[in-house]
Amino acid sequence: MGRLLDLVLPGARDLRKRPVRAAAALAAWAALWVLVVVRWDRIVATPGGGAVDAWIALVSLLAALAAVWRLGGRRPEPDVSVEMRSQWGLVSDAFRRHRLAMAGLALVATLAFLALLTPYLAPHDPAAQGADIVATRFQPPSWEHPMGTDRFGRDVLSRVLYGGRVSLMVGTLAIIIAMTLGSLVGAVAGYARGWIDAVSMRTVDLLLSLPRLVLLITIIAFVDPSTTLIIVVLGLTGWMGTSRLVRGEVLSLREREFVQAARVLGFGTPRILFKHVLPNVATPIIVAATLGIGNTILVEASLSFLGFGVPPPTPSWGDMVLRGVRDMHDAPWLVLFPGIAIVVTVMSFNLVGDGLRDALDPRAGGGGHS
Amino acid sequence: MTAPDAVPATPRDVHAESGGVGEPLLRVRDLAVSFPGRSGVPMRAVDGVSFDLHEGEALGLVGESGCGKSLTALSIVRLVDEPPGATAPGSSVRYRGAELVGAPASRLREVRGAEIGFVFQEPMTSLNPVHRVGRQVAETLIAHEGLSRGAARARTRELLARVELPDPDRAARAYPHELSGGMRQRALIAMAIACNPSILIADEPTTALDVTVQAQILELLARLRRETGMALLLISHDLAVVGNVTDRVAVMYAGQIVERGPAADLFRAPAHPYTEGLLRAVPSIERRDRRLAVIPGRVPAPGSWPSACRFHPRCPYAWERCASEAPPELPLRGAGDAAEPAVSRAEAPDASAPPGDRARLSRCWLVDEPGRRTGRGYAEVTA
Repeated sequence: MGRLLDLVLPGARDLRKRPVRAAAALAAWAALWVLVVVRWDRIVATPGGGAVDAWIALVSLLAALAAVWRLGGRRPEPDVSVEMRSQWGLVSDAFRRHRLAMAGLALVATLAFLALLTPYLAPHDPAAQGADIVATRFQPPSWEHPMGTDRFGRDVLSRVLYGGRVSLMVGTLAIIIAMTLGSLVGAVAGYARGWIDAVSMRTVDLLLSLPRLVLLITIIAFVDPSTTLIIVVLGLTGWMGTSRLVRGEVLSLREREFVQAARVLGFGTPRILFKHVLPNVATPIIVAATLGIGNTILVEASLSFLGFGVPPPTPSWGDMVLRGVRDMHDAPWLVLFPGIAIVVTVMSFNLVGDGLRDALDPRAGGGGHS
Repeated sequence: MTAPDAVPATPRDVHAESGGVGEPLLRVRDLAVSFPGRSGVPMRAVDGVSFDLHEGEALGLVGESGCGKSLTALSIVRLVDEPPGATAPGSSVRYRGAELVGAPASRLREVRGAEIGFVFQEPMTSLNPVHRVGRQVAETLIAHEGLSRGAARARTRELLARVELPDPDRAARAYPHELSGGMRQRALIAMAIACNPSILIADEPTTALDVTVQAQILELLARLRRETGMALLLISHDLAVVGNVTDRVAVMYAGQIVERGPAADLFRAPAHPYTEGLLRAVPSIERRDRRLAVIPGRVPAPGSWPSACRFHPRCPYAWERCASEAPPELPLRGAGDAAEPAVSRAEAPDASAPPGDRARLSRCWLVDEPGRRTGRGYAEVTA
């Protein structure tokens, strides 16, 4: 009986013992099935239509269903012992006790799924203008358009959803570029020391002394704007902080006995640097990356707001705010919803980043504030 | 401090083993390592250290903190960062006849780990915290012997069992922080002997461990040496540790070896006042009534070594000669060794055979003038 209930309604059995968790699992489960039912026509059309977006959405939907089913139906593991916990295991324990961070993580996961499932979720085509522009524009929120319509009669909700995809993608990819570059520069500088360190760190100082937004606008002004360009440029202007961080860590790690031990074992420098030193910097890099994604999304929104971001017609939150400002008095929803989206996204990434930092900080006693 | 009094100008190699054994496994000559001092004057932290290590032999290197023993060890495998460090010209470290000073990095990497194993003082921090213990041991095997992952895993298990880790499979899966200090030191020893090195250098291997574990680790080192026939260079500030495990002992002070000889001999009858002081500062269970001695002052910092005999400001027997003339390593006479040699014709015309590494040498003028060893000697601790 219980097992059957798990199959159909994951988490239902736990409602009494762990109500929050069970309710969350059930809600997610219900939401996903509602989506499947409501958007059945679009889901069925995917194998025939073959758009990449739709395929990604289909895979994400199945993954989300599987994940909720698995997590919701999982029994709590009996506490066997404390041994065999990796550093990651210990950190994840500390993280899980951090409520705000867990809330942030849930938000980030939700946002990620919203972005991935956008083709199924968006009620309208984000670029489709109403048949009769005069009649359909500046409509306040309604059932048909939950976030209203803009001055071209486009559905704001759909545009916020599609804009979220762009923002998250730009933020994530730019941060991957920035972290890779920053880690490499920092690791090499910190490990080699001497003139390599001096040259790269003075370069970092120089780049850091340039105002980032001005630098970005200058670069973008010279090249045809495109989403790829924005990602690359944001990545190339965002690595300096990380390289300093990594350099500092590597400088101290290289004097640790295990690095000495690795040298005594006859390992070469690349092996020591990448297999022994860098994995020890992984945690601060991950914290920096998480906080960095939020910040990058904010910078991208600022760029778009200034008119230098992801070029239209690709929807982007910053661009929507920019265009909404003109009509703010008549149609406040044009600014409100993309604004809220930016705030929520940036905040949830920052919550996760802060939580991770607390979890990784031994001085926080492993618990963080809860 | 001046360079000329650093290296005794001896025409013959006083440290070479007599009897035509041939090249020793490890032959260290006039090893001197300096670091830039505050005013740009290089400080010689290791200053003219010479010794031989033969196949299967155990040599102890003893001295207080800061006397240069760890630096000597690191310098053998060429792991002193240069710059800032600098190896003085004329320094020589030969492993199986091949010079390591100035050898290409690739050759040194082959020697490290594969030919010369190394065990450090700090088992707590010498393992990489992010990798499982088994993986770290296996990595050595993969890097040096080109073993496959599977083969390396099997060998790792064997090695961990060999260093007497109670549950090798579990230890292999554990992260370093899950093991106790003694277990980590065993894991580190397993890594050091993974490639069957012919020399194991153990730098204060038991200092960070508690006494019972110390004894186990020393026992383990002694057993591994018996089983594999590898040579052991044991570095410690603890005379008891060195005395129990090694055949020969060299005592270091202020960057130099001040006394050397077979362990039993040296402990029974220390020749150098420094060794005497060290031994008399160790409590003994047999002689409870005896008061412990104190060596006044402290080890001078590298770069501010006293001139002439470096121990003379702290020596209870010092006289004018000690402050004006640096003693070379002088062979002890009449110590009962048939092959007991002398240093130079002028001082010991009766000896012709070159002194071997087995010889008892003391870097002290008392060897010349034993009559000076009078007076109260070391002050004793008052209760």
